Amino acid sequence: MDQFDQRLLNEFQQDFPLASRPYAVLGERLGLDEDEVMDRLARLTRGGSVSRVGAVFRPHTVGGSTLAAMAVPDHRLDEVADLVNAFPEVNHNYQREHRLNLWFVVTAPSKARVAEVLAEISARAGLKVLDLPLLEHFHIDLGFDLKWS
Amino acid sequence: MELSDSDLALVSALAEGLPLVSHPYKAVGAQLGMDEAEVVERIQAMRDAGIIRRFGIIVRHHELGFRANAMSVWSIPEDVVSEVGRRLGDAPEVTLCYRRPPRLPDWPYNLFCMIHGRDRTAVEESIAALVRRFDLGQYPHAVLFSTRRFKQTGARYGRPIPRAAAE
Repeated sequence: MDQFDQRLLNEFQQDFPLASRPYAVLGERLGLDEDEVMDRLARLTRGGSVSRVGAVFRPHTVGGSTLAAMAVPDHRLDEVADLVNAFPEVNHNYQREHRLNLWFVVTAPSKARVAEVLAEISARAGLKVLDLPLLEHFHIDLGFDLKWS
Repeated sequence: MELSDSDLALVSALAEGLPLVSHPYKAVGAQLGMDEAEVVERIQAMRDAGIIRRFGIIVRHHELGFRANAMSVWSIPEDVVSEVGRRLGDAPEVTLCYRRPPRLPDWPYNLFCMIHGRDRTAVEESIAALVRRFDLGQYPHAVLFSTRRFKQTGARYGRPIPRAAAE
């Protein structure tokens, strides 16, 4: 990863240009041509450093979402994690160090569908699911400073 | 701001990511039956209205060497939790900061912060610094490091791109 990659990753996490050819605008700022910017982004995406060039939406703008937590017996963790992952409405799913050891985010076109997904997961796993919807958010999302230096 | 059906389709398309082609807004518009100017105008409007909180390159912390992440939670009296949340939300160590309902008896905590770092020690140091700076030692607290990532994708709002518009 050279300095152009590092700058691409750190300097364009917000206010992405809305110009007709945005990758050419990035290129102008970096001193690269448009094709090279696209090639680099494609490579960084394949390598996993870039998730996507896209939008982060204010929670609850569209449909519903919640954070859910379960206390899963250790020997059932893989099985229950697979069951949770199988729902396309689940977009994050982590094991964490706590009695409540499985934490996942559910996002769907409606709040009713979110509730339905939680109920289905609870029924299939035979375990309680805690529903922890967002009540207030405090952080202004400016992206993530990669602190290269 | 009311979102139209075409806005919702655009939201879905943008959640998936902008294509890596010379005219990406035109390409997104072609899928949705909108022209380039309309796509740009709607993105701008959603950005101005705060519906889009951030629009740009979305990186993966873990793959870039920020291998440790913890959900740091506190139980804070309801009358002061919003004020504490606002102060924590502005702290540079904090990636996300939310208030959520406690669920007794399973879960007493109502303030959630995500903290990322290169390793576990860095995250622990960040949390200790926050506790000192914001006088959080008085509140019940837990730190939940993540040990495995089973899934991480962009949110799917589940509005499929209308077929007629795609053709």
